[in-house]
Amino acid sequence: MHELPVGVSVNGRRYQATVEPRVTLADFLREKCGLTGTHLGCEHGACGACTVLLDGQAVRACLIFAVQVDGQEVTTVEGIASSDGTLSPVQAAMRECHGLQCGFCTPGFVTSITALLRDNPQPTDEEIREGLSGNFCRCTGYQGIVNAVHQAAQSQA
Amino acid sequence: MKAASFAYHRPDTVADAVGLLAEYGDEAKILAGGQSLVPMLAMRLTYFENLVDISRVDELKNIELRDDDHGPQVWIGAATPHALVGMDDEVAESVPLLTLSTPHIGHFQIRTRGTLGGAIAHADPAAEYAAVALALDARIEAASPRGRRQIPAAEFFTGLWETSLQADELLTAVAFPVWSGRCGFAVREFARRHGDFAIAGATVAVELDADDRVARCSIGLLGLGSTPKRGTQAEDAITGRTVTDISAEELGRLAMSGLEDVPADNQGSASYRTRVGATMVARAWTEAITEALNA
Repeated sequence: MHELPVGVSVNGRRYQATVEPRVTLADFLREKCGLTGTHLGCEHGACGACTVLLDGQAVRACLIFAVQVDGQEVTTVEGIASSDGTLSPVQAAMRECHGLQCGFCTPGFVTSITALLRDNPQPTDEEIREGLSGNFCRCTGYQGIVNAVHQAAQSQA
Repeated sequence: MKAASFAYHRPDTVADAVGLLAEYGDEAKILAGGQSLVPMLAMRLTYFENLVDISRVDELKNIELRDDDHGPQVWIGAATPHALVGMDDEVAESVPLLTLSTPHIGHFQIRTRGTLGGAIAHADPAAEYAAVALALDARIEAASPRGRRQIPAAEFFTGLWETSLQADELLTAVAFPVWSGRCGFAVREFARRHGDFAIAGATVAVELDADDRVARCSIGLLGLGSTPKRGTQAEDAITGRTVTDISAEELGRLAMSGLEDVPADNQGSASYRTRVGATMVARAWTEAITEALNA
């Protein structure tokens, strides 16, 4: 099949590659951009590990083909911390509250929580649980993650 | 879990998209938000030679109030994402069932991408917008080389993931009638985890007259058949009756009485789904009439 050119701004840096249309944004980020922070769990939109921000909106990178985002802006987990490496409030809270164990799902949680708190800076417990329902974690039992969202919300208040 | 190869097309206009469908026919599929199609491609449950991406057809992303022979309606362009439908003030004011049902659709990371037209065209029997379209007698507009036509929702959903759209037709918009007056609206559904496909769900719209009698009532059912359904027998039975004389539990049971193909799977048997469905109707009814009586 014809390969097509794709130009995407990822974390403020421009990436250009020629790919088959069937290559997902997640695979593009990992294999063409070398940004392996975006993890692929289920590859069919159920687990949320591959969540990135596309023009600021949280999306599943496994359910978008790279050719679809030509000319758009993507933020991955690598772009969440400051350029000097200082953790974002969400990342810092995840660490302090033991919001991760093995860490596989963490990039998807960090990007999702970042979008969640931007749109709803002071969510209730129920809103947090509803907001995180699209991300699987198989280690923590979610309590630490929910606590981290509360803490991140307070630290940004 | 990778999709097979396909050719990718990204038209900028409806005319170009329709032209591509005319050219490729059965070998092409519209890609809107891709939140149902891409998983099916990844799991190789389906395959198309050509995908026609309408996510950048701006003329398909509008929400507007129109008034014509069919009365006031809210027209929503097919490529409008769920997230925009859910936060739109005109929709909240004029078609509250859409606003109330939006948070039940998948997760917020799905709603940023998934589209109203995609949900209707995919025609999943557990899809919220499909149930609302059927319940409100919405009209579905389709474009093809032969022009545009409007399909009543009652004639649109023909089977599991099947619609009356032809292979060369593009779903362009859905027109939802506006209910005004002493109305109440509610959506209830039950799923084991928020955002999962509902085991059963119900939408209720009710309008009361000045004497608290039911002027009209519409009950949409999801997850209770091979297509979205209506609780027609329950609607007919209560029209004209005083709301305080109607038992919510009885209404729920009545809404289930015409169902013939309730699914049975590892989420639950048909009888379990029917009982859940009756309860969802009862709860949605109670919520909707409370709003209407206070309107």
